[in-house]
Amino acid sequence: MDAFAMGDYGAYVWSCYALAAIVVIVSEWRARVRHKRVYRDIEVRIKALEDH
Amino acid sequence: MWKFLHQLASPPHFYRLSIKFIPWLMLPAVVLIGYGFYGGLILAPPDYQQGDAFRIIYIHVPSAYLSMMAYMVMAIAGGIGLIWRMKLQHAVAAAVAPIGAAFTFLALATGSIWGRPMWGTWWEWGDPRMMSELILLFLYFGYMALRAAIDDTAKADKASAVLALVGAVNVPIIHFSVEWWNSLHQGQTVMKGAMDPEMLYPLLATIVGFTFLFGAMLLRRIRTEVLFRERRTRWVKEMILSEEGDK
Repeated sequence: MDAFAMGDYGAYVWSCYALAAIVVIVSEWRARVRHKRVYRDIEVRIKALEDH
Repeated sequence: MWKFLHQLASPPHFYRLSIKFIPWLMLPAVVLIGYGFYGGLILAPPDYQQGDAFRIIYIHVPSAYLSMMAYMVMAIAGGIGLIWRMKLQHAVAAAVAPIGAAFTFLALATGSIWGRPMWGTWWEWGDPRMMSELILLFLYFGYMALRAAIDDTAKADKASAVLALVGAVNVPIIHFSVEWWNSLHQGQTVMKGAMDPEMLYPLLATIVGFTFLFGAMLLRRIRTEVLFRERRTRWVKEMILSEEGDK
């Protein structure tokens, strides 16, 4: 419990760690989404050309 | 070794090889950051002046260091792309910008949260360290906006590389701002050996761990950038058709 309270600085300390986790997770998630989107767009274009 | 590096500069080779490196970067990142956070949050004693608030250092310092390193990577890659016209270097520069912006935002936000209990203010407009770091964030935003504003990739590469190179002057200003001017921000402590080993070793572990994490994040984004830039090439078509066949 003491570790969580951080000598009354808990809100400041833990909010920094939570923010870091959010920033890294959102950045990675966005990178993966963009990769999938780019890959899918190319896939669709190639299929359209093949069908043509 | 030279042949391997030469092959790595080729977009198809890079795209195929880079996916194999990502787990090897993520593994030490998780181990080092895990040790660093455990050592910093649980094992290290409270600071005699700042109490437990100093534990923000294990997020703030690696973020601030990466914010500057990412910019140097962007400027150097842009410069190499501009001078030697290496396509992959422009992809590196474009991929590193959002990661650099994310870590710069994190450095500013955690610094602000740390500043509130220590200095009694969230932000000080006249402070050289805070302002130069804020300028770095605007440089990243400007770089990304410039790229987004130009449809022609080759032109966007050139213009953004020039902006990255010009903006690189801000990096040493950030680093030395606490020595050149009066600042609320504390002076350099890590390089001067002023930290107790119990606090220092977890910090060094998080710095190295964050660097591995940055490497993994960067590789993932470069792969996307390469795929997008090479979308009309034969190797991309063959790769996608062969992966379709495997399904």
